[in-house]
Amino acid sequence: MNKKHNNEQKPALTAGIEEIKEIKHLTPGEKIKKFLVNNMVTILFVILCGIGLRLSGLSMAFYLNDIVNRIARNSFLILALIIPVMAGMGLNFAIVLGAMAGQAAIIFVTHWGFGGPFGILLCALLAAPGALFLGWMTGRLLNRARGKEMITSLILGFFANGVYQLIFLLMIGTIIPMQNEVLVLSSGIGLRTTIDLSDGLRYGLDDIIRTPFPLFVLMFSAVALVVLVVLLVRMRSRQLAVDAPKRKKLIMWSVFTLVLLGWSLMTHFSLSQINLVRVPTFTMLVIAVLCLFNIFIVKTKLGQDFRSVGQDQHIAQVSGINVDRTRIQAIMISTLLAAWGHIIFLQNLGAFSTYGSHEQVGMFASAAILIGGASVSKATVGHAILGAVLFHTLFIVSPLAGRNLMGDAQLGEYFRTFVAYGVIGVSLGLHAWRKLIQSRK
Amino acid sequence: MQQVNSEQQINRFDHVKKQILSFGIPRIIIIIFLLSLWIIATFLDIPFPRLLSDTIVRWGMNGVLVLSMVPSILAGTGLYFGLPIGIICGLVGGLLAIEMNLVGFPAFLGAIAFSVPLALLVGGAYGWMLNKIKGSEMTVATYAGFSIVSLMCIFWAMAPFRSPEMAWPIGRGVRVTISLEGRYARVLNEFLSFDIFGVMIPTGLILFFIFMCLAVYLFFRSKTGLAIKAGGENPRFAQATGIDVDKTRIIGTMLSTVLGAVGILVYAQSFGFIQLYMAPLFMGFLAAAAVLIGGASISRATILNVLIGTFLFQGLLVAALPVANRVATLGSLAEISRIIVSNGIILYALAQKSGE
Repeated sequence: MNKKHNNEQKPALTAGIEEIKEIKHLTPGEKIKKFLVNNMVTILFVILCGIGLRLSGLSMAFYLNDIVNRIARNSFLILALIIPVMAGMGLNFAIVLGAMAGQAAIIFVTHWGFGGPFGILLCALLAAPGALFLGWMTGRLLNRARGKEMITSLILGFFANGVYQLIFLLMIGTIIPMQNEVLVLSSGIGLRTTIDLSDGLRYGLDDIIRTPFPLFVLMFSAVALVVLVVLLVRMRSRQLAVDAPKRKKLIMWSVFTLVLLGWSLMTHFSLSQINLVRVPTFTMLVIAVLCLFNIFIVKTKLGQDFRSVGQDQHIAQVSGINVDRTRIQAIMISTLLAAWGHIIFLQNLGAFSTYGSHEQVGMFASAAILIGGASVSKATVGHAILGAVLFHTLFIVSPLAGRNLMGDAQLGEYFRTFVAYGVIGVSLGLHAWRKLIQSRK
Repeated sequence: MQQVNSEQQINRFDHVKKQILSFGIPRIIIIIFLLSLWIIATFLDIPFPRLLSDTIVRWGMNGVLVLSMVPSILAGTGLYFGLPIGIICGLVGGLLAIEMNLVGFPAFLGAIAFSVPLALLVGGAYGWMLNKIKGSEMTVATYAGFSIVSLMCIFWAMAPFRSPEMAWPIGRGVRVTISLEGRYARVLNEFLSFDIFGVMIPTGLILFFIFMCLAVYLFFRSKTGLAIKAGGENPRFAQATGIDVDKTRIIGTMLSTVLGAVGILVYAQSFGFIQLYMAPLFMGFLAAAAVLIGGASISRATILNVLIGTFLFQGLLVAALPVANRVATLGSLAEISRIIVSNGIILYALAQKSGE
């Protein structure tokens, strides 16, 4: 964490030093206050989710099963947002375009009748060129609309949806030949409004390995423990005073991981219903790889370029970075990841609405990462995962809580939509407000 | 002050020249598209007078909503994507008028009378918020609009209205669409309406629309209006000349909100239904698209832009549907072209290198 902090402050070293000084002067009380203020949104949602869980009256096993599935389904898409934020382009609502590329690939692979892991691989390969091309176009457009990236990407998502409908509702059967009674409407033109994947791609990735939840946690915490110990040993050999707070943090995490390890061992050998929750482990592995990619890209030249461009486009340009190209690359990576993320999303759902399922991908992913504590200018893997957990918890509990509290599940649904829109609006507003105050100082 | 005037005059000359130069490829495309649709329509034996009268009705029906973009653009807060907020104020007024059991013109005017104070209040608060987030108005406004719409869904579902026309027969809340038949459906449209060569002219509607345009036009000639314009064009310069830019932006937003509220009532009376719940969600984008088609940009708009843009956009939508239905059973073509045209024109406007 600290290391990342240092990296971030390299371009503005003096500001960084000032901030470090400031942190040192804080008393514990002030520290807590600062933590509360900075993580207001996340803390609010933890409380909200807690109340919702209580009200919904769900059993732990049921909730775990649902949430694990949803995390496996959605995390990849949420993680796709991180790189554009790093490059200073805000939340990329145009991941909708990536999702369309992924969905188009799924439609064609389903049409050709492939399924299972091979089908998923084929989808991923097929979606890549389309997604990269769309990402390139998006990046170019966003370069023209500098300073208005987010609203432009949002509108671009709507626009692309129109083009998508044009292709799959009007061109299929007229310009693009497709003979398939299951997929195509009875008139021979246009795809049906829902497409079922249960005979093909459904669980293509998830079913490669499935493990009971306690076993999954056991493996996860074992790996985490090994990593933490290695880090601690390496730190000890360096003997640097700067590392002290970091070491404290690592030790805390290690203790936490040990507790998790113990819990999972106990549960594994008990008769708890949680043993029936089966985690799509391979999907989780893929997500973990993407997390690592997002963490380690910072250490590459490209990642540093993203950072510099995100800090200050002008300084980046002066120091020899091709700003326009770097921004386009950020969006291309994001769009490609979104395409793959949407493939993971749909194979887990098993059926999807042809003209609707991609529409809100950008909005939901953005809401989730913001709930996790990200802002328009800073987003990490941790924000994405925490956001996925909180956002989907809210998704699971709000209709039930609405029914139990007010006798109407629909009210819970409205509340959920309100929260998704509202959290984006409030977070963007707060960010703009802080920026305005900073610029006045 | 004199210097400002002469500068404005020079600006205006530049303006005209620029406007002719930047008449814009998208606008030309849209005009050609509309003309070709009309030509195809005549070949397909679709009665042209009917197309024209539909276009005129929808021109007046949507006009005030599109007009609500103008104060916001001129005040410097960009396209008024917060339009759903104004719309909701109008809807509340519209429902109150039914709840009070009003009929006919009194009902329509009552609805306006109820909604305008509400819109002023809400618009003031909203404008205050927009001042806190200068530079990101459009993005935040979009989500502010979205979240208010979904918050109001909860309100509609629990609203304590009693009138049997609105309330569900059992349980709480109001219906999704409420018929205005026998209330104030088409009160403006049918006022002094007449036929000419088979084209129905909804006189009252058009008069009302023109009246609103004129009111806004005159307002922007007044001292306050000019201050708003100056604040939008160059905030720093305006501030230096003693204009409170924060205040002018609030006034602009209030005006836009009021126009949004009145606009939805005009829309509803012409349509014959009040649509609640998620219906207002995308109306902001459609209105923005119309004014942009008329030649506005995200920092410049005139009443003429509104008049032309609404006509072109609505004409396109009216003609696309029957043509698409005749050419093949492609009913969705009209909807699709609406999505592509409206969002395409907004994208085009956003991608213009304006003097930021």
